[in-house]
Amino acid sequence: MYEKEPVIKIRKLKIAFGSKVVLDEIDLDLYPGETLAVIGPSGTGKSTVLKVMTGLLAPTSGSVVIQGREVSGFGEAEWDELRKFMGVVFQYSALFDFLTVGENVAFGLRRHFNLSEEEIQAKVTDLLQMVGLPDTAKMMPSELSGGMKKRVGLARALAMQPQIVFYDEPTAGLDPVMTMTISRLIRKTQQQLGVASLLVTHDMESAFLAADRIAMLYNGRIVQVGTVPEIKNSTNPVVRAFISGQELKKEDLNGKQ
Amino acid sequence: MFQSICEAIGKKIINGCAAAGRMSMLFMETIKRLKDADMKEVFRQMALLGADSLPIVLMTILCTGMVFSVQTAKEFVRFGAASSVGGIVAIAMARELVPVLTGVVVAGRIGAAIAAEIGTMKVTEQVDALRVMAANPVSFLVVPRFIAIVLMMPVLVVFANLIGNIGGWVVAHYYAGIGTFTYENSIKVLAETYDMVGGMIKSSVFGAIIAIVGCYKGLNAPNGAEGVGLATTASVVLSIILIFITNYFLSILLYV
Repeated sequence: MYEKEPVIKIRKLKIAFGSKVVLDEIDLDLYPGETLAVIGPSGTGKSTVLKVMTGLLAPTSGSVVIQGREVSGFGEAEWDELRKFMGVVFQYSALFDFLTVGENVAFGLRRHFNLSEEEIQAKVTDLLQMVGLPDTAKMMPSELSGGMKKRVGLARALAMQPQIVFYDEPTAGLDPVMTMTISRLIRKTQQQLGVASLLVTHDMESAFLAADRIAMLYNGRIVQVGTVPEIKNSTNPVVRAFISGQELKKEDLNGKQ
Repeated sequence: MFQSICEAIGKKIINGCAAAGRMSMLFMETIKRLKDADMKEVFRQMALLGADSLPIVLMTILCTGMVFSVQTAKEFVRFGAASSVGGIVAIAMARELVPVLTGVVVAGRIGAAIAAEIGTMKVTEQVDALRVMAANPVSFLVVPRFIAIVLMMPVLVVFANLIGNIGGWVVAHYYAGIGTFTYENSIKVLAETYDMVGGMIKSSVFGAIIAIVGCYKGLNAPNGAEGVGLATTASVVLSIILIFITNYFLSILLYV
């Protein structure tokens, strides 16, 4: 898997808001067909990585190469071309609350594909079936629970048959059962569709279950990147502390923002 | 102390200029993307907007017409100028009172609604979701609202003029004893169609201000539920101030 050219290649990426440095010269690769989890405590810039990769935030400096193209100077129109091959599952699902569940899933299909109404409806039904929510197409997002919204968000993200799927804290605020359901769904999606996935989370269980590789982000730097067993058996004090849920010691807190 | 005051004032001015610049850029982008308008959404917004604001606009203007007549009719009769009342009321309404007051009412009703709606979408990441699904937020959210308000404002103004003059006539007739023919004739002699056309043009400009300010404040709402509230209030205050300032220059441009 890792001999291939990465779909996303980040080199010396720096993000700063004024004098506050959020990401400090990080390197990260996402390979085709793998799920990479970016883990770390809240406020370490995990979601920022995702925002840069989807063009919602421009890098302060450094290089971001997506599918062989340097994107750091891209305008909104060029990004829109790339985004047709991306799916994003948002932290709070971000379903359009003025549309029904079915129309939310159909949103991208209607805009970017030339499909007949029957084809769209058939696809919507398939996708909702896949995330385990049949018969919800006519409901409004406000009628759904948090976990159901997340799953509709996933269905919407997968509707346009993306090559890269991004998950922003997909299990935040969910009960343990739903957390495992969503994590398995992420795993299943990747195995069935063979997409590259980037999973941003602070939930270790979810990362262990869903990911192939894990990158630990701390204070704007990558502390360690490795396969799930490598991270589980890591000797790095920051990684060990985070996994076991201990508070980090003073000497680890270098350059805390 | 003195330095910190100067710094605070300077910062305010710089922020104000930056916001004005960004708002102008949003306006330019809206104009550039007018062709992307989804007509179904435009009509939906127009229906929403018209139905929502017509009753309050009519109520406001009816009272304004009546009160204007109360203040002028008896005095004019005393000076033997009863034949001018209808025309004076009609001109004042058509040129200034109707467009400005309609603008203020719509800013409070529709501008606030736009800022709250788009602000909520911004803080719940729905605006980001639009962007990553390759749907431009300006084309999708700003353009339909902009077109709808710019087109609907003159329509509201026509209805408002009608009701305002009826209000003026009721008071002039029953309170000051001015005959219906005298009142009607006075409007015909003194007021011109252009008085109302100018007011309609003004109201379209005010509509554009309300739409752009409301959308800008919504799209830039600070995070959290509190942010939506702040954006909403700020959009109403700014729209109303801009309407009054713009009105002065438009009056000079259109009527002097």
